[in-house]
Amino acid sequence: MKFPFSVAVAIGIGLITLAGYFLNIPVLQTLRMALIEWATTLAAVALLVGIANLFTIHWNKLTSGKVGGLYSAILIVSLVLTLGVVGWFGPTHTYSKWIFNNVQLPVEGSLLALLAVILVVAGVRLLRLRSSMLSIIFIITAMVILLATGPLFGISVPGLTELRSWIAQVPAMAGARGLLLGIGLGIVAAGLRVLIGSDRPYRG
Amino acid sequence: MNFPELMGLAFVGLFLGLMLGSAFYYRNRPAPFVRQIPAFGRVRRAIGLAVEAGSRLHLSLGRGNLISTRSAVAFVGLSILDRIARSAAASDRPPVATSGESTLAILSQDTLHDASKFMGADYDPLRGQLTGLTPFSYAAGAASLIHDEATGASLLLGSFGSEVALITEAGDRTESLTLAGTDNLTGQAVLYATAQEPLIGEETYAGGAYMGAGGMHQASLIAQDIFRWVIILALLVGAVLKLVGVL
Repeated sequence: MKFPFSVAVAIGIGLITLAGYFLNIPVLQTLRMALIEWATTLAAVALLVGIANLFTIHWNKLTSGKVGGLYSAILIVSLVLTLGVVGWFGPTHTYSKWIFNNVQLPVEGSLLALLAVILVVAGVRLLRLRSSMLSIIFIITAMVILLATGPLFGISVPGLTELRSWIAQVPAMAGARGLLLGIGLGIVAAGLRVLIGSDRPYRG
Repeated sequence: MNFPELMGLAFVGLFLGLMLGSAFYYRNRPAPFVRQIPAFGRVRRAIGLAVEAGSRLHLSLGRGNLISTRSAVAFVGLSILDRIARSAAASDRPPVATSGESTLAILSQDTLHDASKFMGADYDPLRGQLTGLTPFSYAAGAASLIHDEATGASLLLGSFGSEVALITEAGDRTESLTLAGTDNLTGQAVLYATAQEPLIGEETYAGGAYMGAGGMHQASLIAQDIFRWVIILALLVGAVLKLVGVL
């Protein structure tokens, strides 16, 4: 099996970071903090690469006349304008805030509203696609929580608030903890595979 | 070193020992029985069909920051991306990966490049795409890609919140298979209702073992299962001890 230099570096850095987390040795902890700071800086540089990738994809889409070219043009113009305004005036200037409050927020708010509709439709569709006992329990629980959380036209159903808090604190909490334990074990397994060089998301 | 740190280190050491032990034990033996997760069988079929029909496979890696625990699920996604990129490298329309985090976009390009090189196929760096930097812009970008490319199947394996419903809805509208798993509890609830093949809890992390990503994935799955049963037993014993008034 090939064992490139990049793998050795990744394993070494992973071991130092993990050891610095568990062992109370000042040198290890200083190294760990320094490595995490380097990773943060690299992630910031990667952001610039990501923006270049986004720009290139939409530029290609626009110039090749593919479907959705108009949307790509809007994205490129918005990206350039925002970069220009925020770069020139700074992120806290009134113009920069205007873009955020009058473009970004309404667009994301609209998508959130769309999401609410999609989830209602998905709930109904779930009963058609997977009409199992679990799906029925899922829908009933979601409805009880919704009815007890939102205003019900001034009507007060006795016991609904108590039922909601019981669901949230007992079965939902137990289920969530079970899922989190499984996820935690999965995270340890995935992390260890990367640490021993079995999984190499970096190819080197 | 205090007690919780010692316990943490012991846990990681035991887990690693169990993984390596299982990998060593099963290196010349048939793979152990793992419980069936039908979703992965359907995905394997969908990959075969997509290659035959010349339709595009799409894998989305979510928005997990690489320097947080949220990246672990994306690592599983990258392993599966490697598998499907190799399986579908000969296709007219090779797989495409989307993400909402720039480091993941770079890693997806690297994975696709490596798989293409291994299979002797052409590589286009734009197959690893960053579709947006906020949750909704990422989801909207991934959803539009599913529409525009008419994907045959979409695999969503990463850290997603409720915005993932926009992506699964796009998959539903193009009548393509959607398999999805996340580490986020809100995302899991949304996926249960919206994805055709939702993965619950640790099932997401078992993906590599079911998609043939290597012996170590099988070994880590065995370690996961053993530790899960140990935790279940510990919880039950704790509950009984609490009930009888010992704790």
